[in-house]
Amino acid sequence: MNNAEHKRGGWSWWYLLFVVQFLVALWPPLYNKAEPYFIGIPFFYWFQLLWVLVCAVLTAAVYWGTKE
Amino acid sequence: MAEVNWVALTVFVLLFAFVSWLGFAAARWRKGDLDQLHEWGLGGRRFGTLITWFLVGGDLYTAYTFIAVPALAFGAGAIAFFAVPYTVVIYPLLFLVFRRIWYVCNKHNYITAGDFVRGRFDNRWLALAVTVTGIVATMPYIALQLVGIQVVVGALGVGGAGLLGDLPLIIAFLVLAAFTYSSGLRAPASIAIVKDVLIYITALAAIIIIPTQLGGFGKIFAAVPPQKLLLAVPGPNSTGAYSAYATLALGSALALFLYPHSLTAVLSASSGAAIKRNAALLPGYTFMLGLLALLGFFVIASGVHEMPAFHAGFERFGNNFAVPALLLQSFPSWFVGVAFAAIGIGALVPAAIMSIAAANLYTRNIHREFINKNPTGKQEAQMAKLVSLVVKVGALVFILFVPTKYAIQLQLLGGIWIIQTLPAVMIGAYTRWFNAWALLVGWAVGTIAGTWMAIATNLATSYPLELGGHTFPGYTAVYTLILNLGLALVLTPLFNGLSRQAPRDATLPADYHA
Repeated sequence: MNNAEHKRGGWSWWYLLFVVQFLVALWPPLYNKAEPYFIGIPFFYWFQLLWVLVCAVLTAAVYWGTKE
Repeated sequence: MAEVNWVALTVFVLLFAFVSWLGFAAARWRKGDLDQLHEWGLGGRRFGTLITWFLVGGDLYTAYTFIAVPALAFGAGAIAFFAVPYTVVIYPLLFLVFRRIWYVCNKHNYITAGDFVRGRFDNRWLALAVTVTGIVATMPYIALQLVGIQVVVGALGVGGAGLLGDLPLIIAFLVLAAFTYSSGLRAPASIAIVKDVLIYITALAAIIIIPTQLGGFGKIFAAVPPQKLLLAVPGPNSTGAYSAYATLALGSALALFLYPHSLTAVLSASSGAAIKRNAALLPGYTFMLGLLALLGFFVIASGVHEMPAFHAGFERFGNNFAVPALLLQSFPSWFVGVAFAAIGIGALVPAAIMSIAAANLYTRNIHREFINKNPTGKQEAQMAKLVSLVVKVGALVFILFVPTKYAIQLQLLGGIWIIQTLPAVMIGAYTRWFNAWALLVGWAVGTIAGTWMAIATNLATSYPLELGGHTFPGYTAVYTLILNLGLALVLTPLFNGLSRQAPRDATLPADYHA
């Protein structure tokens, strides 16, 4: 197997951005609070919605980072 | 039930008629030979980034989701928001694991997970287990889509008791069955575009207009009882609602792309790059789902559940009536028609894809494997078309004659069952290390234990696991998956030692990437 092939099929450090997405999304103690509110919405709700957008950006970063 | 809402009903029927026409016309879209299974059942693997976005979005975020998630928020509060971390976690899995599966399936013309497992592990019984699990888990899911249509049709004031009252549902399903039969996957793909546009319009309108009617988000959340607003903080010696929330999100995410209808949509993409791009674009739907979940709180604040006008609806449909009642209360009739059409059409898209996926599985992994080993392409496509009809009629009969709660309970069990195929399918995408018989034993034990645990907890989603004086409430699917994997790990060296022949594998490492 040559080097380029290995890179395409194997691990990339960019994938760590996926691990970050998982850890935050699956750790409820981090966001299970009402304060601070944003336009009347408790933290629990707006933070998780915001995290969706952050994850989309992180995944796009992985896409560009691993593009051949 | 309230009187018929004619304006809303007219808009609803017109939009429904339009997508029905679209479903039939789709047969000529990106024309292919519909007498070939990959053309009928995968749209010829020709959908680019944008169509894949609509198709996967229309497939995963079903009508039932849009009814049930806000209903759960209304009834149970914060726990309903698990749908957000759940649909965050799925996209890295799509990017990494299912892109590999796309490559290998594209290379070998595999159409189902059963095809892949058959090729990878050279064991027809393991492939059969994956196939049967897929079909059984999908059936109640199709039935639940009908519940979505039932609720909005009921909210329009149409129907009532008896078979005559179910006539709108029967008509909708016959039309669905007919265009799926003639157009295959192209029908839901084209309808998904209309459905998703309508859903986005409805979600945006609801999230902007209803809070202004109710005096802003501050007032809405002030009306939510404190015990529903956040997850309960766990007591001593228990991980409480935290582990329940996280494992529910994780387990649901691991299970999602194992469902046949999800894989069908993924495999219909035209390139691995289209899948990668969609992993970054599909969170758009997750964001919308999160906004829609908040509608459950709007319901609490608006007090529609206490209004006499909606009493009969809540009586008949339970909390699933919460969103339709809120929309009826908040919007003019014509827009109610648009919103209800979005939900109703939102049921057609996944129901069509699910029936196609189940038909592909039966045709490829049961009929071809065990009954007619050398079918022509035309025989294969014809068989799949017929099976898609049988599957849909089965779901219709189920929902007409069996109480809705059984469909919901079976769907919950379906999540526990389908996750047991993870070692063979998702880990199989990376390694052939596992022994096929060890995987089969893991699958069987996981399925039996999961079913038993679910019944022991009265079909609650989380199981209170006790370890060393601590309680870890968690999603049954996750616990039984660990059991399944553990068994497969231990039994693999054992079974390999007993077997004289080296395992065969029809795939090569290079088949799994660009």
